[in-house]
Amino acid sequence: MSSSLLQSRVPTALSFSSSIAGGTKPQWRFTSAPAVTFTRRTRNSTIHAKIREIFMPALSSTMTEGKIVSWIKSEGDVLSKGESVVVVESDKADMDVETFYDGILAAIVVAEGESAPVGAPIGLLAETEAEIEEAKAKAAGAGSSAPSTPAASAPSPPPPPAPVAAAPTPVAAPVAADGPRKIVSTPFAKKLAKQHKVDINKLVGTGPFGRITPADVEAAAGIAPAKSSAAPVTAAAHAPAAAAAAAPAKSAPTFAEIPGATIVPFTTMQAAVSKNMIESLSVPTFRVGYPIITDALDALYEKVKPKGVTMTALLAKAAAMALVQHPVVNASCKDGKSFTYNSSINIAVAVAINGGLITPVLPDADKLDLYLLSQKWKELVEKARSKQLQPHEYNSGTFTLSNLGMFGVDRFDAILPPGQAWGAIMAVGASKPTAVADKDGYFSVKSQMLVNVTADHRIVYGADLAAFLKTFAKIVQEPDSLTM
Amino acid sequence: MQSSFSLSLSSASPITGRSDGGATSTAPDLFFSSTTTPSQLRFCGLRREAFSGCKSSNNALLLKQLRPMKKISASSSRNGTPSKGFDYDLVIIGAGVGGHGAALHAVEKGLKTAIIEGDVVGGTCVNRGCVPSKALLAVSGRMRELQNEHHMKSFGLQVAAAGYDRQQVADHAQNLATKIRNNLTNSMKSLGVDILTGFGTVVGPQKVKYGKVGESETLITAKDIIIATGSVPFVPKGVEVDGKTVITSDHALKLETVPEWIVIVGSGYIGLEFSDVYTALGSEVTFVEALDQLMPGFDPEIGKLAQRVLINPRKIDYHTGVFASKITPARDGKPVTIELIDAKTKELKDTLEVDAALIATGRAPFTQGLGLENVNVETQRGFIPVDERMRVIDSKGKLVPHLYCIGDANGKMMLAHAASAQGISVVEQVSGKDHVLNHLSIPAACFTHPEISMVGLTEPQAREKAEKEGFEISIAKTSFKANTKALAENEGEGIAKLIYRPDNGEILGVHIFGMHAADLIHEASNAMALGTRIQDIKYAVHAHPTLSEVIDELFKSAKVKSDVPSAVAEPVAV
Repeated sequence: MSSSLLQSRVPTALSFSSSIAGGTKPQWRFTSAPAVTFTRRTRNSTIHAKIREIFMPALSSTMTEGKIVSWIKSEGDVLSKGESVVVVESDKADMDVETFYDGILAAIVVAEGESAPVGAPIGLLAETEAEIEEAKAKAAGAGSSAPSTPAASAPSPPPPPAPVAAAPTPVAAPVAADGPRKIVSTPFAKKLAKQHKVDINKLVGTGPFGRITPADVEAAAGIAPAKSSAAPVTAAAHAPAAAAAAAPAKSAPTFAEIPGATIVPFTTMQAAVSKNMIESLSVPTFRVGYPIITDALDALYEKVKPKGVTMTALLAKAAAMALVQHPVVNASCKDGKSFTYNSSINIAVAVAINGGLITPVLPDADKLDLYLLSQKWKELVEKARSKQLQPHEYNSGTFTLSNLGMFGVDRFDAILPPGQAWGAIMAVGASKPTAVADKDGYFSVKSQMLVNVTADHRIVYGADLAAFLKTFAKIVQEPDSLTM
Repeated sequence: MQSSFSLSLSSASPITGRSDGGATSTAPDLFFSSTTTPSQLRFCGLRREAFSGCKSSNNALLLKQLRPMKKISASSSRNGTPSKGFDYDLVIIGAGVGGHGAALHAVEKGLKTAIIEGDVVGGTCVNRGCVPSKALLAVSGRMRELQNEHHMKSFGLQVAAAGYDRQQVADHAQNLATKIRNNLTNSMKSLGVDILTGFGTVVGPQKVKYGKVGESETLITAKDIIIATGSVPFVPKGVEVDGKTVITSDHALKLETVPEWIVIVGSGYIGLEFSDVYTALGSEVTFVEALDQLMPGFDPEIGKLAQRVLINPRKIDYHTGVFASKITPARDGKPVTIELIDAKTKELKDTLEVDAALIATGRAPFTQGLGLENVNVETQRGFIPVDERMRVIDSKGKLVPHLYCIGDANGKMMLAHAASAQGISVVEQVSGKDHVLNHLSIPAACFTHPEISMVGLTEPQAREKAEKEGFEISIAKTSFKANTKALAENEGEGIAKLIYRPDNGEILGVHIFGMHAADLIHEASNAMALGTRIQDIKYAVHAHPTLSEVIDELFKSAKVKSDVPSAVAEPVAV
């Protein structure tokens, strides 16, 4: 255990204590001079090739590699001798490391949060501005030459700007509200924007008073909203969720710009949908459809409707009861290597809302009776409307139901969003009078709806889905069990 | 008898506990910091009265238990009998921590003592300062830990989403304040201190009147008078406090809301502690600091590290070098607006629109209506001028006989425990023993997560002093990263820093940033108070594995030229 010494950052320290800065007489145990060490790259016969490498210093006798806690200076900053440049974490302490030379920090080779072995170059110091480019070029190469540095992939500075005259096309598409509106963003939103390199000026805030919130930035950066950070139990953070089915995501690159078009950035929810849609492409899905006669269900619905039961509740209940018998359809594939059989059956139901989409979840739909389910559903819809849904109320689904029947749609297929605890989604079309022939060849007109289930073929195979649908159809066609 | 007495004293102190606390309403408590005067230390330090045994009260209690006959003869209470011609030996105006500490010590010294409280016993510290804020910080510390998934995982713990109930958190703070206030009141009652209710006014030498507003006033005489009226939050010009969206620490401690985004004006101790609370509860915070860097008043190196840990990774941003020239509360559907002007050029730099603003720009002394004009005393920016013995100085620069001022009202060191120490020092003097308090050995702490604590000089202050007086200084540092206990707790972030004289081993200052820093500082502050030198204390043994070993390492790593005869630090008044 030792005192690690931080080198005093006050240069005048030298005059007071001989031991503070000198490498000759270490004052503290296990310390060596924690100043950045430099080597001069003697290149050819050039007299003034003053690009110095900043090396990972050895801050203690036991240190083999160090982690960059933070760069105090940024690329392009002018450094003067004795100034702290970088904070390095050794096995014992965080230490400020200072420069022995004046110059310009031309390139950072090892970025914050990354590690490098003792002696590996972590940055480049140029003596004059003219050498910055050269240093940068070198830094780009240095990455690969750095001995076994995990940081090799570090932020190699962008290549020198391409011919300036190119493309005078306006790069920044004007944001919808491009007026003199003041852009207000919260502290964390700013931090996230910097971290994810999002141009905060191009975002449209969805927070109070139109301010840009962390969720807006996360959405723009295409990352999942961080789990509700300490939201008080009562006040729901407005983190509407990732969810999704139908809505065709607008895909990214549209090149031809028609003059006069208005560009409206995604809301947080829309961005989440967009992201999920793209990610859904990584899931190998397939679809199986099934026609179901709904006369009996319709009759039952008429009977229970006065008691507040909705069609959504009926379908959710039916699906849940079928899932009990086909657990694999209620399973999910999280890692591409295994089945995750969910312990409960939570039916998520897609709801279109304010130009977005959210999937409130009816938990334990197999266990709750129709009336409780209907009641629960009412609550959820109310909460969704007022943006009060808690994360577990929209992301705990194990199976999803999407119903476009009310629009007269006869069939459609749903996209299975990734990353959730589900392996299948059911698309329900409208129930329509249809001429059907029974097994004896007699024609009759029955109400028939088409359901179409999309499933993850890594875990759910065709026969599984077919069997599930058969059970589901049986329950719907003989729906008395639903009320039990 | 004597030896057993002192033995039992020390062992009994944690058991008898204590009960008491606080600064007066009037409170000499340093929960608050001034961001405008970085040279002054102001913040909430550890209040030994409230949390552990107080030497003076325990003394008194033990006296009662061990030798009751000897001590009390004439009086049925243990409050003494007054000197001839006076109602009291000592009257203290203000029943905060300072007044309370003085009262208990006065009774112990056999003085007939009265304390005048104008608001609530306990003052700022107990009711609106250190005490309730510690309750909030206890909550924020736990929230922070529970939310830190990485931290929990590293222990192998799994915690489902942590949440909190705002009202219950607020109640916890309020209940703690009530409890400590009752303890404090009871401790004075049990000793027989007369608690007089109303505002006290000095009407002349050795004369005080008191009474509630609008009621008849009572005139009493006292051989000596101590003013301990404390301070109130300082609200700069242009700031409109509505108590809802633009608030001071008084309101914030009630935790009536947890705004989504709050601006904290002032990044001293108060601001820093509240940023810890608010960010743990889910708020985002923007600091507005008039000086060019955050956390003025701390040792720069500690400040830098603290910023790296307490500010940068949290949902906090900041504007430095700016004044909040105008703050308008939220109303008519508009957010709180804050106009920022450049601290130097006074030009408008920015306007912030946020949900709430907390004004944490320091504390202003509460000295109005004290009747100071009756004894020819003029306040300086509200503070009552005193000498190093807390004796009040009048407008002609002469001492006012029998009148003392302690705590925030004199502005020497705005800390609850400093007020109490000053009070005890005054009582020592009036009972015939000269005493000068060494302010440089008074520790201070900021209860963020992790905590910050310090005693003595900062490095720049020490260098200045060294240059002036012509001696060398050296610095030693140890890291919490090398400490077993800290690593076991996964709390390796932190350093301890020692500033000392290599020639004689004198400790000039110790600064700690890390887990339990506020508790760790006392080894250093005691050493400084007692004049212990490094070459002596470094042989003291510390239990292993403890955080105290950080300090052990610190002393051991200091290099003292041993051949130089030691010069024990003399108490120095500041």
